[in-house]
Amino acid sequence: MTVALRTEGLACDFPAGKSLFGRPRAVLRAVHPTSFEVATGETLGIVGESGCGKSTLARMLVGLQPPTAGRIEIEGEGVDRADPAAFGRRIQYVFQDPVSSLNPRKTIRQILEVPLIHLHGLDRAARRARIDEIFAAVNLRPEFLERYPHEFSGGQAQRIGIARALAAAARILILDEPVSALDVSVQAQVLNLLADLKAEFGLTYLFISHDLAVVEAVSDRIMVLYFGAVVESGPAARVFARPRHPYTQLLADSAPQVGRAIGGGAQGELPDPINPPPGCAFASRCPRASDRCRVERPELRPIEGDQLAACHHPL
Amino acid sequence: MSLFLRLLFRNRLAGFGAVVLGIIVVMALVTPLLPLHPPNVTNTANRFLRPLAEGHLLGTDHLGRDLLSRLLHGTRLSLAVGFAAALIAAVIGAAIGIVAGYAGGRTDNVTMRGVDMLMAFPYILLALAIVAALGPGLMNALIAVAVVNIPFFARNIRGVTVSISHREFVDAARLSGLGPLRIILTEVLPNVVPVIVIAMSTTVGWMILETAGLSFLGLGSQPPQADLGSMLGEARGALITAPHTSIVPGVMILLIVMSINLLGDGVRDALDPRLRSGALARPMAATLVDRKAPAPPARTEGLLTIDDLRTDFRLGRRTAHAVGGVTLAIRPGECLGLIGESGSGKSVTALSVMGLVASPPGVITGGAVRLAGEDLVGAPYGRLRDLRGNRVAYIFQDPLSTLHPLYRVGDQLAEAIRVHHAVSRAEAGERAIKLLVDVQIPNPRARIGAYPHQLSGGMRQRVGIAMALSNDPDVLIADEPTTALDVTVQAQILKLLDDLRRDRGLAILFITHDFGVVAQLCDRVAVMYAGRIVEEGPTQEVLDAPAHPYTARLIACVPELGTGRRRLEAISGLPPNVDDLPPGCAFAPRCDKAQPECRQGEIPLEGGVRRVRCLYPETHLPETELEAAP
Repeated sequence: MTVALRTEGLACDFPAGKSLFGRPRAVLRAVHPTSFEVATGETLGIVGESGCGKSTLARMLVGLQPPTAGRIEIEGEGVDRADPAAFGRRIQYVFQDPVSSLNPRKTIRQILEVPLIHLHGLDRAARRARIDEIFAAVNLRPEFLERYPHEFSGGQAQRIGIARALAAAARILILDEPVSALDVSVQAQVLNLLADLKAEFGLTYLFISHDLAVVEAVSDRIMVLYFGAVVESGPAARVFARPRHPYTQLLADSAPQVGRAIGGGAQGELPDPINPPPGCAFASRCPRASDRCRVERPELRPIEGDQLAACHHPL
Repeated sequence: MSLFLRLLFRNRLAGFGAVVLGIIVVMALVTPLLPLHPPNVTNTANRFLRPLAEGHLLGTDHLGRDLLSRLLHGTRLSLAVGFAAALIAAVIGAAIGIVAGYAGGRTDNVTMRGVDMLMAFPYILLALAIVAALGPGLMNALIAVAVVNIPFFARNIRGVTVSISHREFVDAARLSGLGPLRIILTEVLPNVVPVIVIAMSTTVGWMILETAGLSFLGLGSQPPQADLGSMLGEARGALITAPHTSIVPGVMILLIVMSINLLGDGVRDALDPRLRSGALARPMAATLVDRKAPAPPARTEGLLTIDDLRTDFRLGRRTAHAVGGVTLAIRPGECLGLIGESGSGKSVTALSVMGLVASPPGVITGGAVRLAGEDLVGAPYGRLRDLRGNRVAYIFQDPLSTLHPLYRVGDQLAEAIRVHHAVSRAEAGERAIKLLVDVQIPNPRARIGAYPHQLSGGMRQRVGIAMALSNDPDVLIADEPTTALDVTVQAQILKLLDDLRRDRGLAILFITHDFGVVAQLCDRVAVMYAGRIVEEGPTQEVLDAPAHPYTARLIACVPELGTGRRRLEAISGLPPNVDDLPPGCAFAPRCDKAQPECRQGEIPLEGGVRRVRCLYPETHLPETELEAAP
């Protein structure tokens, strides 16, 4: 097994309440130091609710957001500089909102040509051949190439977004909520396309979503984020079937599901990010919280086999 | 381009402005070719000739120069200086704005504070100072006018650039290997150009006026060269004795500036996509009703019944049949789920109930909506207003955009109560606190003074629900109330709605795209596709054995937690456009069971408790139910 992507202590802080020239008054920790690995050909699902830091994490992985600490290794090579162009050949990003990720004033061909020119320096004929090949791979008709983004539905625009990521010839794709803006019938088409492309081109995926069922359906392994930190990770088949962290349990119970009464419903909200609690961030909502949870931050540790949880009192 | 011209000339005043300006510009262009007197040759014998004098159509000025010739040459000069100044100001201002907006941070801060300081000077004072420093002359006046207008462009363009450079396609361009300069030129600039053009078209008039102002003060064009401002300035001495020498250039300035401003407004309206779609046209207080046939008889019983409701959107030559004959009924204490994909007409159905569809373009063209037997389609606005929020209340998807950002939530709740009930402010406040308790908001006495942005998404939606409950309605219409929320919060809100309907006997019309939510909350479910109901029945029965192929395929393509990794059953193709529906079943092009009969004629919604609009349903509905059909 080769490692496609590895992070060590990757963290990101945002200054809060900055004045014109002075120092920031407070620091907001968006992503706590995070270390993980993704094997080549694997799909790692990242789940979490809004504000859990999943998009910040993803943006650091492609160099759109410089990390405050830690390092990123892509295919065995460390990348030290947050330079999207350096990342672009190895790792690409598929955006949540497919329509706003396409420049409204460019044709689809002009959009797809950009990575071919600037990352690979292909000439005109080679570009044409490569674009035809990619466009066929995402099941779009070649006449769409001369049209503008507003002429496409969400599902088609998302295929174009995927085509652009493929055009850069990156072998790792960060999929940031790629189907959450799409209707369910179209969502299934895009998810199946992603599965086909992965098999065809030997891709590695980081699949970020708030929809547990979608993540479970596409992932090999799943990481659950809460308040900027990984609280549980493990094989996709086990994380939601047998959660070890009470937060994962709450997520699994809250997902609306046919044939089950309304679950979850536990009160409580995220802690204040400017004034985080000293112990476990979930303690105030957790039915199992003890005094230890409120003072000591639990570290991510193996609970059973390759299932890890950051909890003093795992389920 | 032809669309742009059509939009422009639809605005009569803009068309008038374009014609007037066009004539002036053409005349200015051909001036050197016209058989005119030389503009600067003096002939003091013929001073102050009146208009229509022999050989001098507009008369002569205090040195006996031909006014027509001077007017045309002056117009030529004024137009050229005005446009040049606008162009210079636009280029420099846009460059500053784009760089500041794209770079952000300290560059942005320092640049924009500098621009602010420039803006803080009265413009004429600043222009005078610049001319004083550079010395009088038309070129220097041009520079002064351009500099004075740079801040306007810089501010405008910076604002637009900030919003564009945070769009995802700019991130995508960075990941495609583009550097900052290329991103500014190829990604940001093309999206900013329309704004620059709009800003220019609305300011050229001003710049011509400002240049004329400087020339009038003797700081612009120098004698004997004529421009409109200096002509006015020279004529000032003879204002009473020879008024035509002032009136001629004055009328020309008026015509130029007025035509440019009218045209500029038209250009702005035609280019601005928001204005083009009519978003700023104020919708009517209630949806327009244009019912061709009398209201159909009530076919079903219930507290709220909808019979054969039809709502169209009339968009220019196109008509979209957003709702194409929907029949529904809700009993007290019942929760009916209305499920469908985007564009299926589920929200328009819900908004049509209380005449809330924006008109224009929405028009209710048929059917009836009855609340306890009273037809509300075409009811007077006063009656609808009595019922809205009182007996029929709505909850919408995004609580941040439905709550007013500038009022405290407690005041908004109290207002909702006081609209329908004559109670004192204090009593309304007490009731508002009680409502927050009912929707399980912790610490309600403190939260009542909070502004919407101080609450989390879940808390805001609870306030939205509290507002809907404020007048104890009979019917609650919830349009995707949990779609924008996280799953754990969604579960809390669903539980709350379920408790409320059991405690208060509320009838709920719950609109969603999520089968899981429907299964957990709703007694019955209706499935919509392309503006019509294709299947309806008790939730459990429909989910266990869907009869319409669309329902079956839709359920199959939603992944379910606990089924592990698998390939999903996708539905190929796209939902149809409701302005061009195929005959027969709208789903036929995507259905793998479709037969030739499916593509022709009207397919009825048949059955009793369970109804389906399909010739070849997946499951045969029991005979007893069919007999029970009305």
